[in-house]
Amino acid sequence: MNGGIPFLPQSASSVAGEFDVLFAALLAIALAMLGLVFLLMFRFCAHYRRSNRAVDRTGREKKSWHWEVGWTAGSLIVFLGLYAWGADLYLREHRPPAEATDIYVVGKQWMWKIEHLDGQREINALHVAVGRPVRLVMASQDVIHGFFVPAFRLKQDVVPGRYVTLWFDPDRIGVYRLYCSQFCGTDHAAMDGMVSVMSSGDFQKWLAANATGGSLASRGAALFRRLGCSGCHAPASGVAAPDLAGLYGRRVALRGGGAALADEGFIRDAILEPAKRPPAGYPTVMPSFAGQLDEEQIVALLAYIKALPRSPQ
Amino acid sequence: MTVTTVAELPHERGGSYLTDGTTLASWLLTRDHKRIAILYTLTITAFFFIGGAAAAVIRLNLLTPEGTLVDAETYNRIFTLHGVVMVWLFLVPSIPTTFGNFLIPLMLGAKDLAFPRLNLLSWYLFVASGLIVLAGLIGGSVDTGWTFYEPLSSGYASGALVVVLLGIFVNGFSSILTGLNFVVSIHRLRAPGLTWYRLPIFCWSNYATAVIMMLATPVLAVTLMLVAVEHLWGVGVFDPTHGGDPLLFQHMFWFYSHPAVYIMILPGMGVISEIVPAFARKRLFGYHFVAWSSVAIAVVGFLVWGHHMFVAGESVYAALVFSFLSFIVAVPSAIKVFNWLATLHKGAISFEAPMLYALGFILLFTIGGLTGLFVATLAFDVHATATYFVVAHFHYIMVGGMVSAYFAALHFWWPKATGRLYPESWARFAAILIFFGFNLTFFPQFILGYLGMPRRYHAYPPEFQVWNVLSSAGASVLAAAYLLPLFYLGWSLWRGARAPANPWGATGLEWQTPSPPPSGNFARTPRISRPPYDYPEPAA
Repeated sequence: MNGGIPFLPQSASSVAGEFDVLFAALLAIALAMLGLVFLLMFRFCAHYRRSNRAVDRTGREKKSWHWEVGWTAGSLIVFLGLYAWGADLYLREHRPPAEATDIYVVGKQWMWKIEHLDGQREINALHVAVGRPVRLVMASQDVIHGFFVPAFRLKQDVVPGRYVTLWFDPDRIGVYRLYCSQFCGTDHAAMDGMVSVMSSGDFQKWLAANATGGSLASRGAALFRRLGCSGCHAPASGVAAPDLAGLYGRRVALRGGGAALADEGFIRDAILEPAKRPPAGYPTVMPSFAGQLDEEQIVALLAYIKALPRSPQ
Repeated sequence: MTVTTVAELPHERGGSYLTDGTTLASWLLTRDHKRIAILYTLTITAFFFIGGAAAAVIRLNLLTPEGTLVDAETYNRIFTLHGVVMVWLFLVPSIPTTFGNFLIPLMLGAKDLAFPRLNLLSWYLFVASGLIVLAGLIGGSVDTGWTFYEPLSSGYASGALVVVLLGIFVNGFSSILTGLNFVVSIHRLRAPGLTWYRLPIFCWSNYATAVIMMLATPVLAVTLMLVAVEHLWGVGVFDPTHGGDPLLFQHMFWFYSHPAVYIMILPGMGVISEIVPAFARKRLFGYHFVAWSSVAIAVVGFLVWGHHMFVAGESVYAALVFSFLSFIVAVPSAIKVFNWLATLHKGAISFEAPMLYALGFILLFTIGGLTGLFVATLAFDVHATATYFVVAHFHYIMVGGMVSAYFAALHFWWPKATGRLYPESWARFAAILIFFGFNLTFFPQFILGYLGMPRRYHAYPPEFQVWNVLSSAGASVLAAAYLLPLFYLGWSLWRGARAPANPWGATGLEWQTPSPPPSGNFARTPRISRPPYDYPEPAA
């Protein structure tokens, strides 16, 4: 973001370097093929122009199939190589490391709201520590938004009605632009912000300076009591409701057979659409909270439930 | 293809399709495929300049980072208008309804298309759809983009949305009827001896296009109808607050809209396959491969829609499959480019305006196709999708490719359709100007996209200004280049020299008729005994 004419985007994530190598390879192959097309076209056009009567035009290629097979096979091999390369990096971009820290993101017309696990909240800004992988758990309050940080070479549409995730490992200290990449209405172009990658020490200072009363999970816990969830889900309650401790990441047996992984989406559905995937062994008494909670409240509840320690048994 | 028994009617003796009836009613009630083609040409030219005016506002607004010309809401409405008008009112109908209508019966040796009344009906549906769409876009305030993504469109757009959707719905019927007419005509109306492998490639590529029109368009109609139903009555289909799924919309929309990209480019490839042999005086290299590659594109093109959704939240495994198929669909396009180049080898090439446009097409289409490989590559697309990189990529195909092909066709068949020759130097100048103006407009957008500038932005960070100013400068060159033909072609209608039957010395049945052709095309049904592009081999 300094002066001069920009040619290359900044690089600030562990995948950016690999991405740039892939881009260089794509560019080299494209320039080679384009060069070939240009060269042949200009060579043939110049040499075989109608006014050039001196040139020999006899012996035109009759049996064309070996040329056809040649350039078809050649193209296919190059294409499949690019496919495999791009797919490999894409797959790794979708496998977050186990140690990644969760940060919650809620997109709404026209701002990004960020919720850190320790309770810090930001709007149109995201602070992270260099070298510490982050996994964003994102939801939208209204329409589809797109979380896009060019310096990370990463982008993910944030679709309402579900959670999507995006992970990155920031590897260079600096301030980078964040955009909304999916057209979301009038002020789409104003839904931008900054991602600050800080040194570990600076990040700790930032966390301390922006501390709120309690963690995100503690806000969820308060909500959990206020909404009356604890009336049934507390271990001591007499109602037959599942114990939520250690639920996150477990496989849950479903009524009517089968099982589901209790990830963020499962817990979200259990709160908003309890009839969608009811667990086996419990009566259907859970009410739906659809329409009563905004995305930030759901995120707080989710953080609380995920933080509940696994029961001793 | 050489024709053995065609009685040529000299222009002076018989009337032409242009002179048989001069009243307005004789045009508005015509069933002659050539007159309907002219009606379409006038209509889509008007829509092209409306869509182009919107593009001019976009480029002017992006001269400054703040976007000072119009406010955000107006800007969003303008790019929605640009997209909707250019896609459905210009690009989809462009070559099939004009040159397809004009040439396919001539190339088949037929008197008309199979269903002349249906052909006229499809023009009326098209005009009606255009007026409805424009009423909705200009009168109402629809700012969803041409993609109508859910739940933005049904949940947040104004009531005029339904008007626009209705217009596109009606437009679809026009498209389906044209496709039906082509498929039936090519099956049933071929002259004696005109086997499938003696058909010009233009017929093959329009046949493939027509099949896509018939099979994909109904899916779009259903999708848009569901958006309207959801918008009007809150029936939950795509909107998650009503229990719908936004990704379902994207799957259905792109199931039409990706094949629609091939509706837009295949006829252009057909045009190039006619023009390159005519100006190289040489048989098209690899005829069977060029013919079947159109069919391959049409078939595989139905299976790649998910590549629009690599970051939309579709499953990783779906993305792997769609990326793979997207690379596969690139192969037949590469085959065509190599065959066009091989056609030039040992040719006797001349460089009149149609050939200049055709060579421009090959270069621009190659750049568009190669950058298609970039965005088919999964990890690259994560960064590039929804940025100006994608905008540049599809404009290289749609404008650099298809519009160049349209202008190539316009100049190549202008003497046939109007009976007049256009001024050659002006036309060559315009062709070269379009090539340079186009590259100056859209190449900087690749760099902008790679730097990370998202599309559909009314304002942008200041570091992107240099490339935006270059792009806008190119757009002004391009605008001038697109206006030029309007003047010199218009001039030639009155002052141009009379065209002979076959000014280019081309093979092809249409050149065996007088210029302009008589109403019934052929005095006697031609018999075909030779392959197409049957240019004689030079003696040793």
